[in-house]
Amino acid sequence: MTGHEVEQEETVPITSNDDVVRARQTVRTYAQQCGLSLVDQTKLVTAASELARNTLVYGGGGRMRCAAVRRAGRVGVHAVFEDRGPGIPDLDLALTDGWTSGGGLGLGLSGARRLVDDFDLHSEPATGTRVSVTKWKR
Amino acid sequence: MAVEHASERLVELLSRDDALQDQWVDAVAATLGGRISRAELERELTDLYQALTQALGKGGLDWRGEDYSEVRALLVEMSRTRARHGFTPTETAVSVFACKDVLAPTTDSTAEDITAYLQLTRLLDALGLFTIETYARAREEIISAQAEQLLELSTPVVKLWEGVVAVPLVGTLDSARTQVVMEKLLQSLVDSESEHAIIDITGVPAVDTEVAQHLLKTVVAARLMGAECTISGIRPQIAQTLVALGVQFGDIVTKATLADALRHVLHRSGAQQPAAPSTAGGDR
Repeated sequence: MTGHEVEQEETVPITSNDDVVRARQTVRTYAQQCGLSLVDQTKLVTAASELARNTLVYGGGGRMRCAAVRRAGRVGVHAVFEDRGPGIPDLDLALTDGWTSGGGLGLGLSGARRLVDDFDLHSEPATGTRVSVTKWKR
Repeated sequence: MAVEHASERLVELLSRDDALQDQWVDAVAATLGGRISRAELERELTDLYQALTQALGKGGLDWRGEDYSEVRALLVEMSRTRARHGFTPTETAVSVFACKDVLAPTTDSTAEDITAYLQLTRLLDALGLFTIETYARAREEIISAQAEQLLELSTPVVKLWEGVVAVPLVGTLDSARTQVVMEKLLQSLVDSESEHAIIDITGVPAVDTEVAQHLLKTVVAARLMGAECTISGIRPQIAQTLVALGVQFGDIVTKATLADALRHVLHRSGAQQPAAPSTAGGDR
């Protein structure tokens, strides 16, 4: 992701369930600071929760970078989830509602995409997965 | 040879003067700021002092050895007590390290004494680290015990009405919490012979697919027992998020507030509503 200025950044390692909660709280703090509406805050935090859990469960752990960003006069919150897991073999399938390789509802990744404004998924087999999301202040 | 000699010399030095023990107690008491009574500290350290002197006499300087088992046991007890009473790791370890000052060499110490002192320092360092490790372990045990207690505490099942129980959920809903909630809810359905359960999620900060899945499972389990579940506390932002996520609650009744859910349940079960003024007046 390029084209935006990073104002403040924080990294949260994701290696346990507690870290998922911590990642969520970090994102919430940024979203509040950024002045997102309550609905947008909740959407972004929920998306972060989904992606952080994916990082933990499917990626075998990784980290989240959360940042307050600015682009063309708009402010927003940007979060990147990275893991060095097995990667996603079929991106289109992974983004299909109801499809899961684990025991979940199969809505995490596809749902997260609908909850944010910008969504970028990058995955290569054996090198890992990186998901970047941004929510802009309306 | 030198080591054995050092430990013998240390025993001599330590048993030479009773004032040494008092000095040790003084040094420790100063750092603890009166949070442990002097008598208690004296008892603790006297035991430790004697055990240490004995161990030095019998087992030399190998603190892992059999001869030091009493010293270790005393240290374990001490660090656990300190951890429970909220002392810092420094305040805990200082009890051991302060013993060094007592035997600190002076200008007229012989080379032999200094060698012995260095051996003692090394021994006390090891014992100090052992104390900190035990302290940390005790703290971890306390934390996990508290987490467990919290899990129990934070999931009360309350009876709202005859035949209606409610679980107000507060905080993060993970698999462990859900398990506790489900068990408690199902048990209380049986115990109170209730046919309706209301799960209130007003206090759950984020409802993602995992939480939704846990809720669905709980509802299905309750249904298997013949009870009907209502989920309440769906705030506007949660509703919008769930729609965007694509989570569907199917035919499960959901309500915005606990009051709505209770009204719905009462209406449905035909339970006796609180007497309204008109009926209370009556004809008679």
